[in-house]
Amino acid sequence: MPGKPIVEARGVHKYFGALHVLKGVDLVLAERELAFVIGPSGSGKSTLLRCLNRLEEPSSGSIVVDGVDMLDPRTDLNHARQRIGMVFQSFNLYPHMTALGNVTLALRKVAGRSRDEADAVGRTALARVGLADRADYTPGQLSGGQQQRVAIARAIALEPRVMLFDEPTSALDPELVGSVLGVMRDLRESGMAMVVVSHEMGFARNAADRVIFMDAGAVVEEGAPAQIFEAPRQQRTRAFIGQIQRH
Amino acid sequence: MLQTFFNPAILKAAWPILLDGLGNTLLLSIVVVPLGLFGGLALATLASVRNPLVRWPLMAWVDFFRAFPPLVLLILLFAGLPFAGLELGGFACVCIAFFLNTGAYYGEILRAGIESVPAGQTEAARSTGLGRIQTMLYVVLPQAVRNVLPDLLSNTLEVVKLTSLGSVVATPELLFQARQAQSLTYNPSPIVLAAAVYFMLLWPLVRLLSRLENRALSARA
Amino acid sequence: MSNWERFLETFFNAKVMAKYLPDIAHGTLVTVELAGLVILTGLACGLALALLRSLGFRPVNFLVVFAVDLFRSLPPLVIIVFIYFGLPAVNVAPSGFVSTWLSLSLVLTAFSEEIFWAGITSIAKGQWEAALSTGLTYGQALMSVVLPQALRLTVPPLTNRTIAITKGTALGTVVAVSEILGTASSAVSNSYNPSPLILGAAAYLVLFLPVVVLGRWLETTMVWKR
Repeated sequence: MPGKPIVEARGVHKYFGALHVLKGVDLVLAERELAFVIGPSGSGKSTLLRCLNRLEEPSSGSIVVDGVDMLDPRTDLNHARQRIGMVFQSFNLYPHMTALGNVTLALRKVAGRSRDEADAVGRTALARVGLADRADYTPGQLSGGQQQRVAIARAIALEPRVMLFDEPTSALDPELVGSVLGVMRDLRESGMAMVVVSHEMGFARNAADRVIFMDAGAVVEEGAPAQIFEAPRQQRTRAFIGQIQRH
Repeated sequence: MLQTFFNPAILKAAWPILLDGLGNTLLLSIVVVPLGLFGGLALATLASVRNPLVRWPLMAWVDFFRAFPPLVLLILLFAGLPFAGLELGGFACVCIAFFLNTGAYYGEILRAGIESVPAGQTEAARSTGLGRIQTMLYVVLPQAVRNVLPDLLSNTLEVVKLTSLGSVVATPELLFQARQAQSLTYNPSPIVLAAAVYFMLLWPLVRLLSRLENRALSARA
Repeated sequence: MSNWERFLETFFNAKVMAKYLPDIAHGTLVTVELAGLVILTGLACGLALALLRSLGFRPVNFLVVFAVDLFRSLPPLVIIVFIYFGLPAVNVAPSGFVSTWLSLSLVLTAFSEEIFWAGITSIAKGQWEAALSTGLTYGQALMSVVLPQALRLTVPPLTNRTIAITKGTALGTVVAVSEILGTASSAVSNSYNPSPLILGAAAYLVLFLPVVVLGRWLETTMVWKR
């Protein structure tokens, strides 16, 4: 059952030049909750996600994650970011390091762990995503699905309080999607708070606590998966759901 | 013909002098290359700052020293500085001139290398809490250097060849020694010997470079 | 006189500069002439050698590769010195201008051959096969299909290399060519003042800075995005 709020984003605006990409978006995520964000491309869902760990600078609004004000200039951003795990559409693994190296880099350099400590934690993380035996492989030697799972291990090794997923399976061949979704499901079961931007509606139906529909930079509707997918209240939501169900 | 260009007696006599010169050539190279690399690295990391107030003067500096022929810079320092009361020897002038010149070239190469690393790498690194310098050091630079290795090697090859310019300001490197020997004996064999030494020294690097450049170009096609 | 004024008097002496301006202007013309010739012969020979190599005769290729490696390993100054000071021993006495032109051309030929060759070979075999299978001759396939693509790939490394080598025209001073550096240096010795050298440096910048900037622009517009 969801607990107290872990992510509180209020009134987030983002302008790219003259383009108003986020128009006063609110997002509140509770502990152990999985929020699924859907919407047409250009709706601002990725931008919202990237504002949460300040990879994008919001033009205005407030973002508090695990009690830390992300927008306060006095906040140690690097330490704050360790509490927020992020998984990218294009994996972004470091090609010049092994899987283990990828996972342990931040552990050693920011968390200051010794090499042995970091390796132990790293191997545990890789085991959690089912890739313990691939620790010494380089990204070039791994399939897309495996690479994405290493990317997830890289994020969870830092023991984050919330995980952000930016279209994690969109760049994968269809037969590899399942393995990544499986890991995400396990994470969910272990009680991780997650915000997922994705098109995987089947996953949303089964695993999400809440579905948020965004369009043109604003939240149009949010609610339980069953309600959003079967009985959307807003016209635009209905149009979008209708479109994607046709595929 | 053989007696003129490959005179054994003269070659034998000139060999120790040339060896001395080779030592100085190598010494110059060992000093200038790391200096240039360091300067280039500084320029390249500064160039990744997005502030135009920093980038424009930087690019102007780099283009200035890329446009300036190294020999002119060398002569300017060697012949000009004494008028300002600074009497630097040939060796020092070579080091300064080359530092400025090759620093600009290495800087351009490294800058292109850094830009060739996808932005996603920086984002992933920053999202795990790595700071700006840590990201550059552990994630971006290793990949940047790997991407432009052929250009870096090629430029290093040029620097070693450039040391021959020291002969114009009486630095006793290989070419200078060869010319001394040649004017003493009125025979060009020492120059042929020097050319042979340069060839033997640099040819392996040239071959290696050929292979790397071919691979890099086909990767782009 | 303040230090700044003394500095200007020494290095930016207007009278001395004015006196030697004609010489330096003449030197600039010589530099441009030399550079232009080097670029023409160097690139033409480089392309010719690369095309020769594409014909595929092994003994010929061996010679080409050897010559190219040789002129890529030798410092241009060594070649100039050899031609100007060494050849007279066998009764061949080229002028300083010819020695410099020949040396720099040989070096540019070697480097550009490598670049053209890499460009030609990196065009996928499929392009050749497609062209030949539609009935084009070897020559037509080369001219209309392969070479245009290869040339596009070669422009960035070629401009860089050409700029670097034409700056070598300054080496002509060593063999008494009256190009910019040569005239500036003698002016400095005659006037006991370094201002002509500053003027010469300015002349080089006027010549080469636009080329460098143009090269930078060419690199960004002509490279296909990866």
